[in-house]
Amino acid sequence: MAETGTDIGAPAVLDRDGLDALVRALAARGRTVIGPTVRDGAVVLAEIDSGDRLPYGWGVELAAGRYRLRRRTDGAAFAHSAGPQSWKTYLHPERVRQWSADRAPDGGLTVTAGEGEGAARPSFAFIGVRPCDLRAIAVQDRVLAGGRHPDGVYRARRERAFIVAVECTEPGETCFCVSMGSGPAAENGYDLALTELTTADGGGDTDGRGDGEHRFLVRVGSEEGAAVLEEVAHRPADRPTAAAARDRVTEASRRMGRAMPPVDLRRLMGDSLDSAHWDDIAERCLSCGNCTLVCPTCFCTTTEDVTDLTGDHAERWRRWDSCFDLDFSFMHGGPVRSSVRSRHRQWMTHKLATWYDQFGSSGCVGCGRCVVWCPVGIDITEEAAEFHARARDAAGGRDGPGGDGRTGGGVPAAAAHRTDGGLP
Amino acid sequence: MPLPYRVVRRRAETADTASFVLEPLDEALPPFRPGQFAMLYAFGVGDIPVSVSGILPHRHRLMHTVRAVGAVSTALCELGPGDTVGVRGPFGTVWDTSRAAGGDVLVIAGGIGLAPLRPLVYEVFRAPHRFRRVHVLIGARTPGDLVYRDETAVWAAAGPGGTALTVDRPDAGWAGDVGLVTGLLGHARFDPPGTTAYVCGPEVMIRATARELVHRGLRPERVLVSLERTMRCGTGHCGHCQLGPLLLCRDGAVLGYDRAAPLLATREL
Repeated sequence: MAETGTDIGAPAVLDRDGLDALVRALAARGRTVIGPTVRDGAVVLAEIDSGDRLPYGWGVELAAGRYRLRRRTDGAAFAHSAGPQSWKTYLHPERVRQWSADRAPDGGLTVTAGEGEGAARPSFAFIGVRPCDLRAIAVQDRVLAGGRHPDGVYRARRERAFIVAVECTEPGETCFCVSMGSGPAAENGYDLALTELTTADGGGDTDGRGDGEHRFLVRVGSEEGAAVLEEVAHRPADRPTAAAARDRVTEASRRMGRAMPPVDLRRLMGDSLDSAHWDDIAERCLSCGNCTLVCPTCFCTTTEDVTDLTGDHAERWRRWDSCFDLDFSFMHGGPVRSSVRSRHRQWMTHKLATWYDQFGSSGCVGCGRCVVWCPVGIDITEEAAEFHARARDAAGGRDGPGGDGRTGGGVPAAAAHRTDGGLP
Repeated sequence: MPLPYRVVRRRAETADTASFVLEPLDEALPPFRPGQFAMLYAFGVGDIPVSVSGILPHRHRLMHTVRAVGAVSTALCELGPGDTVGVRGPFGTVWDTSRAAGGDVLVIAGGIGLAPLRPLVYEVFRAPHRFRRVHVLIGARTPGDLVYRDETAVWAAAGPGGTALTVDRPDAGWAGDVGLVTGLLGHARFDPPGTTAYVCGPEVMIRATARELVHRGLRPERVLVSLERTMRCGTGHCGHCQLGPLLLCRDGAVLGYDRAAPLLATREL
């Protein structure tokens, strides 16, 4: 698990063959390499055995409720923003067998560990983890491994995961990481961090304009990252390449498609529990739960108990659950949150406000997935802005609750950008 | 993972409620404290949170009282001596008595809400001189819904504190008080600012009782309530037991009314 906050060693440069070699080197170390690839009209995560599977030349067009692939002329591998999956697919899988129980004829009970404490522990290498998703992994670390009862399945997978981050140079129309303080630069939590430069970006002695080769600036965040980099052909980073990489990320921060209102969202949501705007959202929300499935931090699960035909062998399975499901809050007597209004309020208030109380940070990283994959195009940034507008109006035109000038993530936007360019 | 425990005793409490004394088959869980809960696993059916209703040092035994209201609780209620259950725990916060020392104590239960309070009652009864006056006030819908009848009769007759019972709907055999449990507060003598109250029962009863206690001058943070939400894990990971900013498996089930009041006042939170 990469814990380093500052880079170790000097930055390097990989070309496209070097990236391919990196994928092969990680696979040769016995890791299951997961990266983005094109399938079924989307950039999805899948096991890859070579860099050729990366989505070279593919970009995306995003809007509320809309996702389309589009061709790019620059051949970039990582010029697509968040797809329908996130890394929780691998770190916090959708279905896990937690234990098996066997009943003996004398009534005795034997319980055997499931994946968490015994069986296969996959060793992943993730290629192309965005800064927003690095933040999401850090959030899930606190939720699933940070409390008094660390989750064994998550921790085993997480501790063995090798992370190749990719800084964001092509934010989507639905992205708002800058206003959540989680991108587009990768600051820590990686083994290696790449910044992609295409032929359109400056390099060498071409004075920063065009003619550069397709290449990747590599920064090293861990000892293992350094060791892996040694196994692939690379060259020391030249100053123009490092400067171009820094410029691309800085420029990306100015091209965010969305932003959260620049207020204390925690206070805003806490003060909006009784807002009539929840009824307006409830008229549109289908309560389908898509937003919770695509969210990289949503972690809720439920349990399923099954028995085989003998009746003496039982298994406990855990699977993803959604707070939009009516059953989610079911107690004897009925569900606590029977209205769509209350279920949407639970999700959005948890994400932006009560997550701080429970786990010490926001639960939103600004990836925009919930906006894209909502079938009716509900946009969390627009809804937050509406709550803010109503609070401001109620306060007689003053800033209203939460209006203390802080950004959505509680982090000044400027702090979201790496400023050192990565050169010593 | 649950540890196997064997049912060593079963006692029917009401028509749909039974108490079980459980003993570890092999390894025992860490010690429970009053107010905490276990996840009880009925083989092949599932597990549910159940507060510990008795902590017996002998052989690390635990007592749990279960009301059959769903699939798992019904399966648990059907168990008898010799059967095995899986137990995980202990989880959650405790009925803390350290700050109550020297003052008056009110233990107020509605129906099966007496179960989580039972180990607290015995803790208080074992050292009554730690407190000034102790009152145990118990309410139920009908006489048939009162749990631990034999024990509460002993508490009322010979306990170190004053124990009083009331029912909303009496039957022909009921000679005691009639009305809500808050009605018993009028007979109890306590000094509100120095009193600590421990309240458990249906949420509507908790709300009404806590409001009445604060109205009578108790400090909200010294009115401790035990709340209930559905739970799947007990370990803070499944998200089901959220009540606003709280994860009740971790931040509860026992918490002060100063924190609970605004949460209980918001509908469908």
